[in-house]
Amino acid sequence: MSWEAVIGLEIHVQLATRSKIFSGASTAYGASPNAQACNIDLGLPGVLPVLNEQAVEMAVRFGLAIGAQINLHSIFDRKNYFYADLPKGYQISQFETPIVGEGSITITPETGSPRTVGITRAHLEEDAGKSIHDLYSGQTAIDLNRTGTPLLEVVSEPDMRTAQEASAYFRQIHTLARYIGICDGNLAEGSMRCDANVSVRPSGLAEFGERTEIKNINSFRFVEQAIEHEIARQIDVLESGGKIHRETRLYDPDKDETRSMRSKELSNDYRYFPDPDLMPLNISEEFVAQVRGTLPELPHARCQRYCDDLGLPAGDAETISSDIDRATYFDQTIEAGASPKQAANWLMGELSAYLNRHATDIADSPVTPTQMAQLIQRIEDGTLSSKTAKTLFDALWEAGADNSAGTRVDALIDSLNLAQVSDDGALTQIIDDLITANPKQFEELRGGKDKMLGFFVGQVMKATQGKANPQQVNEIIRSKL
Amino acid sequence: MNDVFSLREMSRALADGQVSSLELTQDHLARVKEVDSRLNSFITLTEETAIAHATAADTLRGQGDKRPTLGLPMAHKDIFCTEGTLTTAGSKMLSNFVAPYDATVVTKMADAGMVSVGKTNMDEFAMGSSNENSYFGPVTNPWDTDRVPGGSSGGSAAAVAAGLVAGATGTDTGGSIRQPAALCGITGLKPTYGRVSRFGMIAFASSLDQAGPMTRNAEDAALMLSVMAGFDPKDSTSANRDDAWLADVLHHGIAELERPAVIGLPDQYYENSGNQESLAEARRELEKLGHTFKSVSLPHTDAAIPVYYVLASAEASTNLSRYDGVRYGHRCENPTSLQDLYERSREEGFGDEVKRRILTGTYTLSVGYFDAYYLKAQKIRRLIAQDFDKAFADVDLLLTPTSPTPAFHKGQLTDDPVAMYQQDLYTVPTSLAGLPAMSIPCGFSQGLPMGMQLIAPAFREDLALGLAAQFQRHTDWHLKRPGESN
Repeated sequence: MSWEAVIGLEIHVQLATRSKIFSGASTAYGASPNAQACNIDLGLPGVLPVLNEQAVEMAVRFGLAIGAQINLHSIFDRKNYFYADLPKGYQISQFETPIVGEGSITITPETGSPRTVGITRAHLEEDAGKSIHDLYSGQTAIDLNRTGTPLLEVVSEPDMRTAQEASAYFRQIHTLARYIGICDGNLAEGSMRCDANVSVRPSGLAEFGERTEIKNINSFRFVEQAIEHEIARQIDVLESGGKIHRETRLYDPDKDETRSMRSKELSNDYRYFPDPDLMPLNISEEFVAQVRGTLPELPHARCQRYCDDLGLPAGDAETISSDIDRATYFDQTIEAGASPKQAANWLMGELSAYLNRHATDIADSPVTPTQMAQLIQRIEDGTLSSKTAKTLFDALWEAGADNSAGTRVDALIDSLNLAQVSDDGALTQIIDDLITANPKQFEELRGGKDKMLGFFVGQVMKATQGKANPQQVNEIIRSKL
Repeated sequence: MNDVFSLREMSRALADGQVSSLELTQDHLARVKEVDSRLNSFITLTEETAIAHATAADTLRGQGDKRPTLGLPMAHKDIFCTEGTLTTAGSKMLSNFVAPYDATVVTKMADAGMVSVGKTNMDEFAMGSSNENSYFGPVTNPWDTDRVPGGSSGGSAAAVAAGLVAGATGTDTGGSIRQPAALCGITGLKPTYGRVSRFGMIAFASSLDQAGPMTRNAEDAALMLSVMAGFDPKDSTSANRDDAWLADVLHHGIAELERPAVIGLPDQYYENSGNQESLAEARRELEKLGHTFKSVSLPHTDAAIPVYYVLASAEASTNLSRYDGVRYGHRCENPTSLQDLYERSREEGFGDEVKRRILTGTYTLSVGYFDAYYLKAQKIRRLIAQDFDKAFADVDLLLTPTSPTPAFHKGQLTDDPVAMYQQDLYTVPTSLAGLPAMSIPCGFSQGLPMGMQLIAPAFREDLALGLAAQFQRHTDWHLKRPGESN
């Protein structure tokens, strides 16, 4: 029998607000344990939550970016359960009335064609703290710094059919969240985590099989591996006559397996009810319009524009548009006068290699978009050869890294003596000398042996330390024939 | 001497230089020490800080500070967090909890120069109508040592009635200011929900809890309210309003009512009341003052008690989840697991009534019961609020009994929680509607004080205070003290 998997993801996007969702404590990562847990985060007697408006704005940004309905009226509920890193004994979340309603997003899996994944809803909630079980033997350490960090939980429809699609979807949400500035996207620090709901059914069957939920996956690779593994496990169970039980499973990347965490039948009754400490959240059409006005051009639209208006190949357009900082750099380079194709090549070639090598974000690139544009212009007007351009780029990088940003490209070309020799007289003199020195080779060229053209061009380049304009050299040699 | 002093009288004496805040404060402290072993109205006496604050107030006064509240001694119900001071909410759970911050109410009163002499006893987590649910022992009614002072703000009520302080803060969720005020013969005001910040006030039922003053008369209640009230950005449910009368009250006292009031008498509140006689007399007095009466109907009154116990318990059940033995408060000895830590810490730390309400509330919020209890109760709550809206279309204020009976004997209702809950019969509906209501003394029954309740439309405490002040200018029920003949 052939099987089909059905996958839905719940992605927790940690919002990049300065302070927590219901308190003024800082959300900065990496502070010493419990240093960023204020009275409210600690759940002291008598404290009350006050909603962080920045979190609301970010949720609306996301909603607009996925073309979702924004609910002008939404409600915060208490989700009640006891855990040592949940100070109040309840988590403030949105249950029946989330701020973001139905939307969708287009994904492009590595194999397969682009497809649309439905997003059921996205709601605001607070994160819990961390329990650290392996620090002290027989004891659990609690760090409440993360308590109250704002999360946007994005719930997808069960629209994905392969682990690759799920991973592509996770990536796409990641790209989008970084794009619209609501999340730093740092997976290693837990800025984005997901739970995957997975079931399998015989191909062609309309109804879903029983599903399991894999909790807390925090990398694109693990999403794919975990789902892959879980699909295989479920098929094994079903093919050997067993049944899938509704349960929560945990993915262990070291062993590449999922294992049961708890059975859903025994799960908590969370006793959701509206939090009486918070008024219903009412936002205005004007507020939504205002947020809409601050949205950047989104990845999909940008990619389209790069293809249609700038004539970039689809692959290049996709690569550049998928990261907001890269896209911004690209746009600024074009604006400063570079041709799109050259800009794309440099961005994905030399610049990208340097950034990788120096582990530098493009936003912090020592070579500015303006410098990059000037460099490209000097290639196009023949001042630089592709070889000298690379030398110049290296010099610009070093100068920029030395914090002498704003180094003028033309001045650097002069001081490094990188300009191509385009002086006809000077080149003709060099070529004449070469012909005199190599009469045999010249005769062969004259006799129709075109290979010899390369020899002479090479010799000219050698004589000019690569600064001769190859095209011009060609022309002069041909004129001698 | 402070036995006959009201806050206003002390304020005048301070202004005239007849007495210093330090003298008043020492006098208050001495009286608490002398009398309170009998009453048990205080859990903590903050002698040192009180002396320091009184001295500071006297210094300010010497520098020309003329604020009417400067240097006035008072007390806080032990439900308000006070930085560096034990804050117990009457519970074993918090019997070791020293708050690291001040409640907004505490800050406001300190900023007004008022001097807190200590923290008053209360029913555990404000759950109770007799003050017998305190981990720190029951409070005695100063009028009769065999009787309860009411609850949950029983410590504040008894302390004011016995003249230990002239004013104390209280909190009212379903009647916890008004019922003990009635049973102890003092004046107690529950302001409109949202009038006073709840930040730092230990939560019982968030959508109902409201802090207010407990004093000897309406003028003092108004004085305290003007200090306690105000929008607080730390409390999302606090009301952002700018009522000029609140500021005026501080310096000029309660304004006269602009015209005689039309006072509604809700039929449903008079059917079984044991307070007919004194209320009838109060009515005659008010008529003499030119006010008129009109009977009104609040048809959903019967549902108020069950609705209240569903909603208040639901909210309480989750508000009290934070007391888990993990970060502060009572923790059981040698827990063997997280589950064991929770179970034993909460088993040992909470009293019976608190457990009863946590269980009730957990039940009513559970899957399968939520619609039948919690949701239904919310719907009826709206109907109850609409009853009041309709009534206030015809009348300015409502006049009702505050409690069905005068102070009852200790132990009389402890085995019958449902009978105990009936104590809140007349106070709960206004809590559900979020309306301001106050209880003022209106007579005696079997030698015990009786209270009448004035209910006003939202944010119109000025109407209730105006009528109460006028009534008190023409009667002397509020001047009666325990131990005097009456």
